[in-house]
Amino acid sequence: MIKIENLHASIEGTEILTGINLEVKAGEVHAIMGPNGSGKSTLANVLAGRDEYEVTEGSVDFLGEDLLDMEPEDRSRAGLFLAFQYPVEIPGVSNINFLKTAINEAREKRGEDPMPAKDFLKRVKEKSKLVELDGRLANRSVNEGFSGGEKKRNEIFQMAMLDPKLAVLDETDSGLDIDALRIVANGVNELKTKDNASIVITHYQRLLDYIVPDFVHVLYQGKIVKTGPKELALELEERGYDWIIKELEEVTA
Amino acid sequence: MQTEDELIEEITNSEYKYGFYTDMDADQAPKGLSEDIIRFISAKKNEPDWMLEYRLNAYRIWEKMEEPEWAHLGYAKPDFQDLHYYSAPKPKVQLDSLDEVDPELLETFKKLGISIEEQERLTGVAVDVVIDSVSVATSFKKKLGELGIIFCSFSEAVQDHPELVRKYLGTVVPTTDNFYATLNSAVFTDGSFCYIPKGKKCPMELSTYFRINEANTGQFERTLVIADEGSYVSYLEGCTAPMRDENQLHAAVVELVALDDAEIKYSTIQNWYPGSKEGKGGIYNFVTKRGLCMDRAKISWTQVETGSAVTWKYPGCILKGNNSIGEFYSVAVTSNHQQADTGSKMIHIGKNTKSTIISKGISAGQAQNSYRGLVKINKGATNARNFTQCDSLLMGNNCGAHTFPYIEVNNQSSKVEHEATTSKIGEDQIFYCKQRGMDETTAINLIVNGYCKEVLNQLPMEFAVEAQKLLEISLEGSVG
Ligand SMILES: Nc1ncnc2c1ncn2[C@@H]1O[C@H](COP(=O)(O)OP(=O)(O)OP(=O)(O)O)[C@@H](O)[C@H]1O
Ligand SMILES: [Mg+2]
Repeated sequence: MIKIENLHASIEGTEILTGINLEVKAGEVHAIMGPNGSGKSTLANVLAGRDEYEVTEGSVDFLGEDLLDMEPEDRSRAGLFLAFQYPVEIPGVSNINFLKTAINEAREKRGEDPMPAKDFLKRVKEKSKLVELDGRLANRSVNEGFSGGEKKRNEIFQMAMLDPKLAVLDETDSGLDIDALRIVANGVNELKTKDNASIVITHYQRLLDYIVPDFVHVLYQGKIVKTGPKELALELEERGYDWIIKELEEVTA
Repeated sequence: MQTEDELIEEITNSEYKYGFYTDMDADQAPKGLSEDIIRFISAKKNEPDWMLEYRLNAYRIWEKMEEPEWAHLGYAKPDFQDLHYYSAPKPKVQLDSLDEVDPELLETFKKLGISIEEQERLTGVAVDVVIDSVSVATSFKKKLGELGIIFCSFSEAVQDHPELVRKYLGTVVPTTDNFYATLNSAVFTDGSFCYIPKGKKCPMELSTYFRINEANTGQFERTLVIADEGSYVSYLEGCTAPMRDENQLHAAVVELVALDDAEIKYSTIQNWYPGSKEGKGGIYNFVTKRGLCMDRAKISWTQVETGSAVTWKYPGCILKGNNSIGEFYSVAVTSNHQQADTGSKMIHIGKNTKSTIISKGISAGQAQNSYRGLVKINKGATNARNFTQCDSLLMGNNCGAHTFPYIEVNNQSSKVEHEATTSKIGEDQIFYCKQRGMDETTAINLIVNGYCKEVLNQLPMEFAVEAQKLLEISLEGSVG
């Protein structure tokens, strides 16, 4: 699905990603953990194509294409979805209109007709049920005045509507109460098929009780410094990151 | 013995013998402005004496006035003696097919989604459709006639309904009001007139659209709308099709009169030629628009302004009656080198009067966009309320937005609220949209439409759809 090799990226001259290697195959779930400021959101943003970041080295292959050579909108249309850590508000634009615009523009680029209104509304109904999104939120302006938890749920709703190949969830669990967490996780699980994949960025093992990862990676100072099975997340929760950092220092010393 | 009156008449009339007044067949007045020219216009239009007097009076006042200076507008002042003030209404140039029309214009039509028939009608291609639209207009007129509603050109109204014109003309925008309005009062050539009788609700949107095939109204347009007690009318002015005009200066006057319990909704889409990208040419649009509300009456102005090189306009309401309501909803877009100085004036005179001003300015390129608003609460306006919100959206780093709210409160029981925001179109918002698969242009359109929603919602449905498309076209390529 995606193959990241030796990815280096910097912002305003400061190198944040210092050589990331990661391969995600179809049907897999990868968790990325790591201390604050280690570069998790940076990785997500670089994959999505945010232009403040400058990629200085490395390559990313996404479904056989050079991801780094694509515009952000083309990455999206090719099936990459990013659930933002801080979703943006767009006053005056209803969620529904926003999604309709997004979906139909992607269809247009593929040379397809716009989605018939009936099908679209059916899909909205179905998917908002999946994440138990209050029907009223679908008609409200995108994220405007949404609570923190509602915003996160809305990200998953959008993901369900767009049906991506690879979803990158950037701390979608933070700010969610226990019920919302279960709902969001259920949504993600329901959407999981053998043909798609996800990268789940989180600080909490809790989420991984619901979304069971195939691999857990630890990101530290812009590099993946440890990879393990789902049990690694439990260990991190108990022991923190210090032991890994120590391990690391011993190796380099 | 001559009476004093006779003497005056002789003196004023004696000018007729000279000048070019006798040259009645001329299609165009020579350049320049003088009493002779005004007499010429009035005679051409076969106007009654009182109308001529009205014009002459305005001219004499105008002669003594100074053209205003505007702090935030910079433009070459028109030479008022270098204009033709009268041209005989010319039928539109008839073309045989759309192939003869400026391709750039056609491109814009296409983007606006205007049908081929409509394109032909607007560009003056001779086709049957024109006849169709005339017949539509005629059947509309018949229906309106049954209700006693008058909707005709201003010239016709002067001939057919002189008592109404005479009673209300200049009562909302007095001849002395301002330089451009005074000039208009002296030389206006035509415009629209509308009267809704007591208690009648006009069953359809009245649109200048149905009058577009009539004589070219020219650069000094005059509109008068009167809603008699308890009546209602929604009036649409302008259209989204780009209007090219040889006349650089446009100085229109619009007067609305809402008598007790009446309601007038006046919507405008203005898309005059804004000049080239480099800032050459374009229309100067100096408009005076004002409404008068009597007891419990309501006037609501909604405008979407995307055109003109220089726009100067402050639609407002005089809330004279108790419990009357004035509203102003505006979107003004300026891009490239366009300049706009717009806003609203709300004058509270009656008790419990209420006004709302929602102004959304969008600037891109090198454009300058100013909001200038006046809210005045008179002594007697107990419990008056005003809410003003003016937002500016900037696209790029070279444009500007300025806000000049003037508030004058003379009654302590009143409440005036003013909110203003300036924001830049957010990189974050654009990226968010792109991440969901939208192009930059689509993203900007979506964000801009969202920003203008409160105003667009005020427009009648069809007009709103057109306005949205117009916004898209106006902002095309503004952010890069
Ligand atoms: N504009 C910028 N200029 C300089 N440094 C920046 C800029 N933006 C981000 N950074 C730095 O990049 C580093 C990585 O940030 P990033 O948001 O990727 O961390 P994160 O792993 O997602 O952290 P968190 O767990 O807090 O979400 C941080 O040290 C941050 O301060
Ligand atoms: Mg982060």
